[in-house]
Amino acid sequence: MREKILSYIETNSRVDLHDLAIIMDSDEATIMNELEAMENEHIICGYHTLINWEKAGIEKVTAMIEVRVTPQRGMGFDKVAERIYNYPEVNSVYLISGGFDFMVTLEGKTLREVSEFVSDKLSPLDSVLSTKTNFILKKYKDHGTVMTEQRKDERELVSL
Amino acid sequence: MRNPLSKTIVEIEPSGIRKFFDIVSEMEDAISLGVGEPDFDTPWKVRDEAIYSLERGRTFYTSNAGLKELKVEIANYLHRRFELDYDYRSEMLITIGGSEAIDIALRAMLDPGDEVLIPQPSYVSYLPCTVLAGGKPVIIDLKEENQFRLTPEELEAAITDKTKIVILPFPNNPTGAVMEKKDLEAIAEVIKRHDLFVLSDEIYAELTYLERHVSIVSIPGMKERTVLISGFSKSHAMTGWRLGYACAPAQIIEQMLKIHQYAIMCAPTTSQYAAVEAARNCDEDIAQMRDEYNARRRYLMHRFEEMHLQCFEPFGAFYMFPSIREFGMTSEEFATEFLNRKKVAVVPGTAFGACGEGFLRISYAYSLDNLKEALDRLEEFVAELREERQGA
Repeated sequence: MREKILSYIETNSRVDLHDLAIIMDSDEATIMNELEAMENEHIICGYHTLINWEKAGIEKVTAMIEVRVTPQRGMGFDKVAERIYNYPEVNSVYLISGGFDFMVTLEGKTLREVSEFVSDKLSPLDSVLSTKTNFILKKYKDHGTVMTEQRKDERELVSL
Repeated sequence: MRNPLSKTIVEIEPSGIRKFFDIVSEMEDAISLGVGEPDFDTPWKVRDEAIYSLERGRTFYTSNAGLKELKVEIANYLHRRFELDYDYRSEMLITIGGSEAIDIALRAMLDPGDEVLIPQPSYVSYLPCTVLAGGKPVIIDLKEENQFRLTPEELEAAITDKTKIVILPFPNNPTGAVMEKKDLEAIAEVIKRHDLFVLSDEIYAELTYLERHVSIVSIPGMKERTVLISGFSKSHAMTGWRLGYACAPAQIIEQMLKIHQYAIMCAPTTSQYAAVEAARNCDEDIAQMRDEYNARRRYLMHRFEEMHLQCFEPFGAFYMFPSIREFGMTSEEFATEFLNRKKVAVVPGTAFGACGEGFLRISYAYSLDNLKEALDRLEEFVAELREERQGA
């Protein structure tokens, strides 16, 4: 049941309780309890909105920064990650296998704002060995949703 | 000048609700619950295979019966999904959609005067294809109180010494009815006793919501007297690819192949390459679409209950078949008025046979948001009609 609810609301977080109960073939009280329980257990961590900022005419700069670090004794990577993710400018922090350690995504208003964060905040951290900043030029698809296209129903109105 | 036309074709009536279709085609800003095809895109991996086959220049005819690779995959698929076993070499033919298979199966099996039992409401092509093949259509009216399933009594009552073929259109368009194993066993007994053949149109086999579809082919003694027709249109959201298939005893396939060979040559090559991937790797995609349809089905059922619109619960395809008898209008009047007032297109039940009178076909091959909007308008419309009837 939980998996069914989660996979449905992952892309339809605004569905109302009444409809969700019908879709899940259950009743509102059960669904409500499950949702609350999953919020309390921090399985559901938030209900966000996917925005095409470019279309809204609002300038945003997003960077994906590859970070190499020295893990700290007894704490591994977690302590370093915490130092990084506590900055509100940081959108996401992932520990990565391969040629570097963290993938940090960052959103700022301007290129300058982002690069200042990297040079003033991120790079000077003791455990950070090196950074490589990749600026995103265009977002095609995000969270399973194609950002550019707006599809129309091209089927005939009626077919037997 | 002499009349250029054949009497047979002239006498075949065009779809009974042509007037309604004319009005629909004029309507520009209408929303619809009227389509008979999936709203999903064909899975990308299938489209990708088609593109790849074009890039590789695979643009020639295939063998008449279809690509060997595809037939092997379909045989595997039928075994995996429905426990059916067909020899891809002699018992299978790839056709242009299920539609061609219906046509050539009837032409391969009927002699003038042979009777074909056609349960209705059902898809519109069985009757004209029977007539074009020289057969005589005999309609069996299915009943809502039987959940639009075919009962052995109804079947028995329609059989004469001329009866040769029974058409089994389940899961059903337009009613959404299914035949469960026990229902099939009951009619199989009658079919065997009267030595009849079955044309089982199972194009909606993947879309059942009670339990997995059972084919009449799997009932002992039925495989040798059944032509199974299916395809990729509904299950894999591939309507425009025009790709279906027939599975039947070798002696029937052999004759169907002759008609197919002379009239068609072969099914489109690009579609066949795409379908190899569809048959091989898409069970998961089908399951996802089925879950989505099922959620919508439950939603509609719920809405009908809320607005007190009578509807038996359908367990197959992607249609609901609510009754509108309480409003004292014909199906076509109701559909026309609904379209004019609320700008929503639905299909009158009579499009699928006279016994569809008093019903509407509502398709849920639409996103939940679309369904919501359309059902809100239906609710308003139904309330208005009830009020007007009370005032009158």
